[in-house]
Amino acid sequence: MAEASAVAHKEATEVAAPEATRGGIYYSPRVDIYETADEVVLLCDMPGVKPQDLEVRFEKGELSLYGKVDPRPVSDEFLEEEYGIGDFYRSFSIGPEVDADRISAECRDGVLTVHLPKQEKVKPKRIAVKAN
Amino acid sequence: MSVLRRWSPFRELRHEMRRVRREMGHLFGRRGLEAPDWSAAVVSYPPVNLWEDGDFVYAEAELPGLKLQDLEITVAGDNHLTLKGMREPSAPAKAEWHRQERGFGNFERVLMLPASVDSARVEARLENGVLTIKMAKSETAKSKRIIVKAE
Repeated sequence: MAEASAVAHKEATEVAAPEATRGGIYYSPRVDIYETADEVVLLCDMPGVKPQDLEVRFEKGELSLYGKVDPRPVSDEFLEEEYGIGDFYRSFSIGPEVDADRISAECRDGVLTVHLPKQEKVKPKRIAVKAN
Repeated sequence: MSVLRRWSPFRELRHEMRRVRREMGHLFGRRGLEAPDWSAAVVSYPPVNLWEDGDFVYAEAELPGLKLQDLEITVAGDNHLTLKGMREPSAPAKAEWHRQERGFGNFERVLMLPASVDSARVEARLENGVLTIKMAKSETAKSKRIIVKAE
């Protein structure tokens, strides 16, 4: 799976890829992507994003993940400021082996999981060999 | 009456450094290269934001995928905050990796707080992967307002 826009982790960036009408700075979330016999699974860290504030889209072979982060009531006088807070965005181009109609997503404890099931025809099959 | 604001040169410096880092990110990111992540080299896990007000010290950390019971939060010696926990690896054993960017394993971090706190009055919340710890300052650490009487 190739990535549509290569950006650093948790570094604010302007995204050049197609995106929501609202412009501005986004953080690129960290992801894990692995493949099993039946599906490709994508896990994405989006701390501070409520499940209802997530937007997962699949269009023209591109999977885009957008998470809106509510501003948190923090001081503007940090004693330590080791990370920034803002919305998350990242997109991936998905190969034709994925069955787009069956893509599903869930979010728990700030981790988004996207299941990308493979088309039946690309799944590895074991062919039974008959003995004559 | 005019409102006075404390001038904190380090805050401005920090903001400036973040801005420079962001711009460097643009410079490299646009060419499809990974931007050098200097923050990762100096920051231990998890990164923490720390602030205070008159009565409390607050610490916030991003810990996606963790539950409060997976974490051990302790305040020792009245100003040392320890965060300890474990993050499980995400994939089943029979999987082929495409990308692995999310860390896993044990972590432990000790932070020195700017004021002494009352270890009996510490509240922790973990919501959508964001941990917030609110620690009450001990009586001696609170800034006291002294009322000056006019003779």
